[in-house]
Amino acid sequence: MGRLLPLFGFLALFALLGFGIWWNLDHETNEIPSPLIGRHAPEFTLPLLDNAQKSISEQSLRGQPYLLNVFASWCVACEEEHPVLTKYAPQLGVKLIGYNYKDQPDDAKRWLARFGNPYAITIADLPGSVAIDFGVYAAPESFLVDANGVIRYKRIGPFTAQIIEKELKPMIAKLSSGATP
Amino acid sequence: MIPELGQFALILALLLAIAQCILPIVGAALQNRALMAVARPAVAGQAIFVVLAFAILTYAFLTQDFSVAYVAQNSNSLLPWYYRFSAVWGAHEGSLLLWLLILNIWTVAVAAFSRKLPQDFISRVLGVMGFISLGFLLFTLLTSNPFARALPVPLDGNDLNPVLQDPGLIMHPPMLYTGYVGFSVAFAFAIAALLGGELDTRWVRWARPWTNIAWAFLTLGIALGSWWAYYVLGWGGWWFWDPVENASFMPWLVGTALIHSQAVTEKRGSFRAWTLLLAIFAFSLSLLGTFLVRSGVLTSVHAFASDPKRGLFILIFLGSVVGGSLLIYAIRAPKVAGGKMFAAVSRETLVLINNLLFVVAAAMVLIGTLYPLIGDALDVGRISVGPPYFGFMFTLLMLPVAMLVPFGPFFRWGKADFSASLRALRPALILAAIASVAAAVIGNGMPIKGIAGIAAALWICGGTLLYAAQRWHQQPAGRRYTPEMLGMLLAHFGIGVFLAGVLVTEATSIEKDLRMTPNEAVTIGAMTFRFDGVVHTKGPNYSADEGTISILRDDKIVGTLKPQKRQYARGSQIQTQSAIDPGLTRDIYVALGESVGGDGAWAVRVYIKPFVRWIWLGALFMMFGGFVAATDRRFRTLPEPPLAEVTKPASPIIIVEANA
Repeated sequence: MGRLLPLFGFLALFALLGFGIWWNLDHETNEIPSPLIGRHAPEFTLPLLDNAQKSISEQSLRGQPYLLNVFASWCVACEEEHPVLTKYAPQLGVKLIGYNYKDQPDDAKRWLARFGNPYAITIADLPGSVAIDFGVYAAPESFLVDANGVIRYKRIGPFTAQIIEKELKPMIAKLSSGATP
Repeated sequence: MIPELGQFALILALLLAIAQCILPIVGAALQNRALMAVARPAVAGQAIFVVLAFAILTYAFLTQDFSVAYVAQNSNSLLPWYYRFSAVWGAHEGSLLLWLLILNIWTVAVAAFSRKLPQDFISRVLGVMGFISLGFLLFTLLTSNPFARALPVPLDGNDLNPVLQDPGLIMHPPMLYTGYVGFSVAFAFAIAALLGGELDTRWVRWARPWTNIAWAFLTLGIALGSWWAYYVLGWGGWWFWDPVENASFMPWLVGTALIHSQAVTEKRGSFRAWTLLLAIFAFSLSLLGTFLVRSGVLTSVHAFASDPKRGLFILIFLGSVVGGSLLIYAIRAPKVAGGKMFAAVSRETLVLINNLLFVVAAAMVLIGTLYPLIGDALDVGRISVGPPYFGFMFTLLMLPVAMLVPFGPFFRWGKADFSASLRALRPALILAAIASVAAAVIGNGMPIKGIAGIAAALWICGGTLLYAAQRWHQQPAGRRYTPEMLGMLLAHFGIGVFLAGVLVTEATSIEKDLRMTPNEAVTIGAMTFRFDGVVHTKGPNYSADEGTISILRDDKIVGTLKPQKRQYARGSQIQTQSAIDPGLTRDIYVALGESVGGDGAWAVRVYIKPFVRWIWLGALFMMFGGFVAATDRRFRTLPEPPLAEVTKPASPIIIVEANA
């Protein structure tokens, strides 16, 4: 009996690894479920990028869904994402809000002038303090917030055409079909 | 045309591997000399074709043949020639080919240096190694062809992952794989012994030098990887308990247990079944590491691109190799008893403790590594355990090892005298105690960890030197330090050096994350660090922001460090290149963070790491120990077969019955 023990131990390990392969067929291993999903977007009041005198609050955005896109002029991956976002912004059916993260306003304005501005509104978080509440740890990141102010979807890293088609659009469709609890 | 020849060479190697695997094993079972004689030519032929395939892939990299998809993905016209060379094993397909190449080199070495061994035994060994090679050749050809063409042919390549563009990474994979794959020799010897029913202890003597060499290479490979992580990743750590690191560490732990248990089995005949099992485990864990790195089941910083098909293939292969060998073990294993009796206080007992602790440590690392998967399987969510778990458990398990190591050589086989050994070790104990008190008093607030490091180093290194001195006095000139003895002393000494490095560094490192404007200076201890600003420079295939930090002592510049942040031409990844002023007693380590604010200020990390080099120095001692021990001439002389073996019946079935 004792001699069979190593074999049984290995069979258990083998089953676990087999499960791992099967599980990975339809799960993303590096996806870290954000604890914010299903919760209210954090309260904030932030100035607009092009007019620092005016500011906008989380409260005032409620009523319709929006996609919050965290970007910065110093962020290389944002440059990659930007043309994709610009192309898809009109088709999404939700308001696209730019969230300028830890950036000098002049740099950000120049950057938008150069690469185009797909955002309905752009807010600026120079110290990055609100971003902490959002759990942002790198740009680009995006949050889909529904009409009630609840975060429904989060994307870490740049959007690609494929991810917009496969992940973002279905999520938006779900929002508008009223599948929200 | 040339790349297709590479693929063709792999197919021919596959056919020879099939021959190498089946014919000699069948021949050994039937005692057919003609079939057994196939083994060596098949080994040589296979090796020639694998070398050819590897050379062809290397040639494609050197000549920038971007029509080969693998080359296009991992090279670039701007890539310097030496990185084009190492880019061959920079990603999944090519590194598999490197695996195969190294396996073939080991097999050729075994075939060449085994002329004195019985023909049926070596035929089985080469057959088992042929089976392993067969699996990896099939894996390469079916799921990971490095010679596949890219259509349309790209104008330029994607470039090698910037993290891998580093001299440390040129040598790390070959050394690591040499270690990993080297355990296949001990494995093949064990399986051959089980298949043939030759469960006396001769196979262990033949296997020992091979195991030691594999272990030494693995030690070097892991140390190189750790050293690379330290200076490239930019946060000054040297071990992260990342799944891929763990994948290389588990075979090392079991391998360490194996080299000790092999010594007992060879000299005293004890632990026979255990040694067989450890030989199977060590190589199984090497295969498991391959699975973990290439299947995408676990997330890791340096996992290869994942593909479920590949995962499935390796899993099936893993199942047949490990499951098959454990099944043979279950049928054939001898009873654990056997060999000479030993008392509770004896060298055997110490090795047994060593074995238990190292195997439990490997199991602990395995569970920790697979934890996220276990979480998924039990549907409690994906939870990872991090450095706190590993650090705590590992310290707990290795504490007794550190305390017992110096006793090892002093204890005699069979029955040892504890109080005499302790008397002999007393100077080391007193020295360690005095040094701890001194460190606590002078060290002004030195944490307990650092004191423990100093004490452990003096206890282990001192105890090892005391034994060396005792041998000098008690043994005649020619017999004082046989290579086997010397290797053990070197490796044990290395443990002390390693522990001093780890514990003192962790206890006394100074780490400052600073925001510095040009010409700003900060004083840490006796040294002043002045930030002289950042300039833009260019390398062959990257542009970089290069900071300059001057180190001043008494207002005189004693050193200049130039850390960089590199942006490679292809790909958006930014790569930190820390600058280090190395020293035996301390490293000064500077890394450049991000530009903050408009006034030319940058985030700068300044670390002072005392004794950090001792970590790798200790590993080098261990590595040398492994190599030196392997050169012992005793391993190259054949033991006389026991009398009973000479009249052994041809059928090995007897053994099974005897143990049933």
